[in-house]
Amino acid sequence: MSLRLTVSNISKNYNGKPVLRDCSFSFDSSGIYVLMGPNGSGKSTFLRICALLECPDSGEVNFSSGSNIVRKDTELRRRISLVLPKIGLFNTTVFKNVAYGLKIRGMKKKEIEERVDKALELVGLIHKKNHTALTLSSGETQRLGIARAMVIEPEILFLDEPTASLDPHSTTIIEEAITKLKGNNRLTIIMVTHNIFQAQRLADMVLFMYDGRIVDHGPNKEFFEKPKDERAYRFITGQMVY
Amino acid sequence: MDSIIEGFLKAFSLIYNLNQELLGIIFLSLKVSGIALIISSIIGVPAGTIIGLRKFPGRGFIISLLNTFMGLPPVVVGLFLYLILSRSGPLGFMGLLYTPSAMVTAQTILALPIVASLCHSAIVTVDPIIGQAAITLGATPYQKAITIINEARYGILSGIIAGFGRVMAEVGAILIVGGNIAGYTRVMTTTIALETDKGNFELALALGIILLTLSLIINVVLHLFQKKGMISE
Repeated sequence: MSLRLTVSNISKNYNGKPVLRDCSFSFDSSGIYVLMGPNGSGKSTFLRICALLECPDSGEVNFSSGSNIVRKDTELRRRISLVLPKIGLFNTTVFKNVAYGLKIRGMKKKEIEERVDKALELVGLIHKKNHTALTLSSGETQRLGIARAMVIEPEILFLDEPTASLDPHSTTIIEEAITKLKGNNRLTIIMVTHNIFQAQRLADMVLFMYDGRIVDHGPNKEFFEKPKDERAYRFITGQMVY
Repeated sequence: MDSIIEGFLKAFSLIYNLNQELLGIIFLSLKVSGIALIISSIIGVPAGTIIGLRKFPGRGFIISLLNTFMGLPPVVVGLFLYLILSRSGPLGFMGLLYTPSAMVTAQTILALPIVASLCHSAIVTVDPIIGQAAITLGATPYQKAITIINEARYGILSGIIAGFGRVMAEVGAILIVGGNIAGYTRVMTTTIALETDKGNFELALALGIILLTLSLIINVVLHLFQKKGMISE
């Protein structure tokens, strides 16, 4: 049974300022969900709470497998993974960075090598396998971050602006890697971006956030052709000033 | 000027001929300082790590205390330890005064705040994103802590080396609690002080050269480690 995520009425304040207001959504099938919205709409906070990196002030985040609710412990954390906008590379080689998640799971050396090589090939970094990770360019760093998260084969992968400020070449490589991952029917990808074209290219389902609320959502084609919310319409047609 | 040159020549001769008295002093110095450093690292590294990683009441006070104790005057430490270890002191029954054990204790007290404080600094300067990255990849709290310690390894090493520098160069405390007894508690620094007083510069210079050489070797090793770390960054 693959892992499903349900968010119920979550709210979050930072220094008394509401960032999320009563957000609910059920990510009940695999595929790519794209969270869109203007700056400060609460997308990243929503993602961090879903990925269990932060706790909501109120509301609930639940993971389920079939009809069973999954306990929020290390075992669950090992079934999900989050790629942050700032990757946080370990001061070691590219290989060891990617192998980290497998090593802490006690996997055997041979299997680690095979899986790391496969992940590095997917993001086009196999030739930098033995390089020091901190010498990589920002595009390569982002690709390494994705390889590091996907090598552990999570059931839900959270991506927070994976291509922000990257050149077109790196963006294409990352998008191709995400598309390849989509081939895995068990995987759910929940991704934040405010690149409308990228959302159109990748999303199965789009969620539009505005002022801490999910104000619109729908399948890719339906959302972009006929957004239900006026703010979503203004955003995707480039009329929203923010 | 001639006497200085003559002193240097005799000093090199002592080193070259592996003078037994000289070797005994060097061996004892390394033993006392080495044990003191091992003890202060065993206590200081975990202590500095816990203070760096955990938030608890009184944490700020402990950090201030450690920073203050980094500059502890050795003679004051020697004096307090003397009062505690002397026959009429609370630990006088242990008979530790004027023994290498008392010297190790004094040097541990001096090195511990340096090791713990610099280790704490190394831990808190690790980017918090590293801990978050570890968690997002499925690390347990313990594995996350190990990852942060690993990232701080060069800073922790600097703390240990700084502690070693402190104990190797120390003279005041060990002179008071060790007594500078020939063949028993006489180490490099106390010998240099004594021989200089006596006007016997050869042995003092020989030991000074060895001390400087050891210091140079340690610093070169540290530099190589840090350079390796910086290249990685």
